[in-house]
Amino acid sequence: MAFLEISDLSKRFGGLTAVNHVSFELAQGEVVALLGPNGSGKTTVLNMISGLLPVSGGSITLQGKRLSGLPAHRIAHAGVARTFQLVRVLPSLTVSENILAAILFRAGHTSEQEARIEAADLLAAVGLEGRGGEKATDLTYIDQKRMELARALASRPKLLLLDEWLAGLNPSELRIGIDLIAKLNARGITILLVEHVMDAVRALCPRAVVMNAGSKLADGPTADVLRDPEVVRAYLGEPHAAVA
Amino acid sequence: MKTILGLAAAAIAFAGLAAAPLYLGTYGIGLMIGLIGYVTLASAWALFSGPTRFVSLATVAFFGIGAYTVSVFYESFPPLVVLGLAALIGLGVSLLVGLATLRLAGVYFVIFTFGLAELIRQLVTWYEVNITGTLGRYLFVSYGPEVVYWQLLVLCAVTFGIGYLIQRSRLGLALKMIGDDEVVAEHCGLPTARVKLALFALSSVIITLVGAIQAPRWTYIEPTIVFNPTISFLTLIMALLGGATRLWGPAVGAVPLFLLFEWLSANFPDHYSIILGLLFMAIVFVLPRGVLDFLEGLTARMKSERSRQAAGTAPEHGKGRLAEGEAK
Repeated sequence: MAFLEISDLSKRFGGLTAVNHVSFELAQGEVVALLGPNGSGKTTVLNMISGLLPVSGGSITLQGKRLSGLPAHRIAHAGVARTFQLVRVLPSLTVSENILAAILFRAGHTSEQEARIEAADLLAAVGLEGRGGEKATDLTYIDQKRMELARALASRPKLLLLDEWLAGLNPSELRIGIDLIAKLNARGITILLVEHVMDAVRALCPRAVVMNAGSKLADGPTADVLRDPEVVRAYLGEPHAAVA
Repeated sequence: MKTILGLAAAAIAFAGLAAAPLYLGTYGIGLMIGLIGYVTLASAWALFSGPTRFVSLATVAFFGIGAYTVSVFYESFPPLVVLGLAALIGLGVSLLVGLATLRLAGVYFVIFTFGLAELIRQLVTWYEVNITGTLGRYLFVSYGPEVVYWQLLVLCAVTFGIGYLIQRSRLGLALKMIGDDEVVAEHCGLPTARVKLALFALSSVIITLVGAIQAPRWTYIEPTIVFNPTISFLTLIMALLGGATRLWGPAVGAVPLFLLFEWLSANFPDHYSIILGLLFMAIVFVLPRGVLDFLEGLTARMKSERSRQAAGTAPEHGKGRLAEGEAK
């Protein structure tokens, strides 16, 4: 039984098919990149896994438990957490409260005192030590991304979905970001990431799934997939594919 | 310590208000019934709509249900049983409405709740005209306005108590999360639909009880009186004026506005609605987050100005300009 099994997944918005019969699996502990040009349906797949969008066809199961059809909070309780393409903070709350929100409403009971200690630890883990009292909206964009990651980790996920979490980072921040994701994976968290930063994809993901126009185009070792003429054509157009 | 002092102050204020009928005349008691009624309505409205930002215009629907329930059953059951019955009917309607509408967002929810109030008014009118054959109902109870006032005061205190407990609980955090970003709240594991439904029902039951308790004040009940949409708008604007996300905010807005409306309706009965409309717009433009938030911001600015003066530093905007000049 695969850890995450996506089977014949489809999403239609009226007459537009955003995801068309996509299937792939993740083994426990893998870090897999979901690649593809803009509009290929990557974020839509993530949105269906996390429950933000209902599926139009097919199924999603996590460790044999069917996720498709469940509301997002039940999927979160099943062990799926995510970050968003455009950072989403809870603006009226402090940094610490943003993390507490995820700790206090995850599956199982946690006392408020335990939650505060855990929130401080999580903030330290993403490089926001001592910043818990600040308003979430006062953080810089990069720090908001760190906070959003800490909030995703606060729900103790088995599967972490990262939607372009490394986008917009400068080279030194990118190094820190890659190390952080690698550490999370070393702790046993399975990660599916949508990413355009190819250095990060090569460094983190032994395997990649590529989508184009809503369909799966390739699935295999990252280095092979990125050399695949079909993938190059989808990303860069016909002339580049011929060169490749 | 601060909490104990606050509770003691609240208890003294409650005792003082409870004694009001002993030293107020008939007009004074009537005025206080209206005042406490609106403080309770605005506070109950803000329990749900304040933190979640789901603006409900269904206040008068539940208020009217409460009043009509009393007018129908007051001769059949003891007063407290009738109040319980009104609360149950309010709960049932709010659960039905909540299940149907709380998935709507923004302006769609506002329009639905406004339409709901109108629908219930028309249904009651139709029933009265076609089934009972009469439009209005007389309502003569055996107790006086003092009892109405005390009942309302207890309901008001209970509403504040509930608001206080919610703000200090996980439920308070949950409501803020929903108001901030429902998608994030749901992805944090919060069952947002259930939380919204529970709070909408709680708020609606309190509003229903306000209508039920105040009903005997009219003596004659008909749909145009107890389903008057102005009640919904007044409640909303009172909560917004004081600050709908704060415990005392709705009360801070309700007291001056109620007194002002009383004076306006007595002195300018023909132009009352025009002045009311202008006032609504002015409040939304000038104090969109309410008086308490405005005062808090003002105090914070004054404090920071004083500390800057004490430290002998220039204001922040001045520093910014200097820095730009230096860069050039």
